[in-house]
Amino acid sequence: MKGENDMEDIRDAAWRGYLRQNGMKGIRNKLLVIYTVKCSAHVAKEIARLSDDKNVETVGFDGCCDNEYAVRLLLALARHPNVGAVLAVGLGCEYVQAKLLAEKAGESGRLSGWFLIQEHGGTLPSIRYGLEQVKNMLEELKRTPIAPMGFRDLIVGAECGGSDYTSGLAGNVLVGRFYDRMVDLGGTAIFEEIVEAVGLKSMLEGRAADEKARAQLAAAYDKALEYCKSVRQYSVSPGNFAGGLSSIEEKSMGALAKSGSRPVKGVLKVSQTPPGPGLWLLDSTPDPCWMGFGYTNPNDSEGLMDLISCGAQLVFLVTGRGNVVGSAVSPVFKITGNSSTFRRMSGDMDFDAGPALSGELTLDELCGRLFGEIARVCSGAETNAEKLGHKEYFIPYKYQEKKAGFHPKCREAGPLSGPSKIRVQI
Amino acid sequence: MTEAAGQAVFQIDPGDNVATALEDLTAGEAAVHGSPSKKTAVVSQDVPAGHKVALRDIAAGEPVVKYGVVIGQATKDIERGQWVHLHNMKSRYDLRSSSLDAVTGAPTDTCYE
Repeated sequence: MKGENDMEDIRDAAWRGYLRQNGMKGIRNKLLVIYTVKCSAHVAKEIARLSDDKNVETVGFDGCCDNEYAVRLLLALARHPNVGAVLAVGLGCEYVQAKLLAEKAGESGRLSGWFLIQEHGGTLPSIRYGLEQVKNMLEELKRTPIAPMGFRDLIVGAECGGSDYTSGLAGNVLVGRFYDRMVDLGGTAIFEEIVEAVGLKSMLEGRAADEKARAQLAAAYDKALEYCKSVRQYSVSPGNFAGGLSSIEEKSMGALAKSGSRPVKGVLKVSQTPPGPGLWLLDSTPDPCWMGFGYTNPNDSEGLMDLISCGAQLVFLVTGRGNVVGSAVSPVFKITGNSSTFRRMSGDMDFDAGPALSGELTLDELCGRLFGEIARVCSGAETNAEKLGHKEYFIPYKYQEKKAGFHPKCREAGPLSGPSKIRVQI
Repeated sequence: MTEAAGQAVFQIDPGDNVATALEDLTAGEAAVHGSPSKKTAVVSQDVPAGHKVALRDIAAGEPVVKYGVVIGQATKDIERGQWVHLHNMKSRYDLRSSSLDAVTGAPTDTCYE
């Protein structure tokens, strides 16, 4: 049996994308209500809820501190290709500035507004004011320019969560095959979870597209390994062991399978848009040194948000056991390699890669079908997470430098610096 | 040796010395899916779904190979057909993991007091 889409169909696949000022295109046209501190979260969420429009979503940062990592993430979401409008809601005494978020979103061509709850008379007047703004912006969003879009305009991210033995045998392997084709078509693919590459340094280095990428991959690997040693915790859980995985190396191979086989162009940091098409590794591990804090991937929602912060208009979640989460900003498409999970959680799972294990279908056949499904989602068909209203997000405190580098600036800070001094705040 | 009807394992790389159980295995033969080095594998004891079975004898100290890469090291002599897990292999990085309970994966070295 042949896959439903061969390479030619895939290359020519086109749908209507939302054109942004910088030339990037979105597959959704969202209005983001952003809260700048936990204290303004309720008002922001009420505005989104009462607007009664599925394109209105809430994200925000809880802390009353302007953690640079979190601010960059908020900005990345405000200027994401799937986002057309931003309403920033502040309380009025916090560090993160609603006005600046709105201004930056505005400069990028997004519709934007902001206000402070303290200046608008408290909860109810703020909600009323916010709703009015949202209503006007939604009307204007209808006039967003449309442009033809195809797989070469797409950035796809992938992570795995709630894994079982099928993830490394089928789910991630299928995503790897999809990534190979995406890259061949001129598209962009991002994989993450460098802490799940432990034991595979030479293999990673061997995948580097050039010398610079090789150095970046080696540095990201060394940092992740040092991090795991320091916290005495590798990215493998009791459930993973109970399910049959016997070592982090084994889990790593299963996780790395989703990167496919094409050369890795380089290492991205959270909130960094890929400099060009091709395959990229996203490093979400906290950087070491005096401000070294944060947690690599505290949960799947955070991992998905990291990928989305790099501009991914669509993200894969490969889940053998069956995670149900979705995400704000970009559709989450859930793939399981476990056919019984697919049957048991059919309302949540989008794609069954299990037939690759039973031998019913080849990987290429499944990959062709997957491309067909993704073209439909890009054309506006909702993923199961979207249908169910899953719009999870998670923006933690973390210390990360802006770009992948080999000599973080704090290394010059003296004897207290260095990877052995990683401190972790959970 | 009895024939356990229909049971199957998955071998990822022809060079692997372990394969993954696609269902709960009992002693007998199993069909090998994926990239088999042989069409059938011997199973000499119960192996839960998702766990590994040795495709050939692996001596203590020898690498355990899956995906064509080393995923750990045998800590005991392992015979063809045996279950391969925390009780007879260990990670070369995560030195704590081989101290976990082989069935539940729960840590045995954390004090709850």
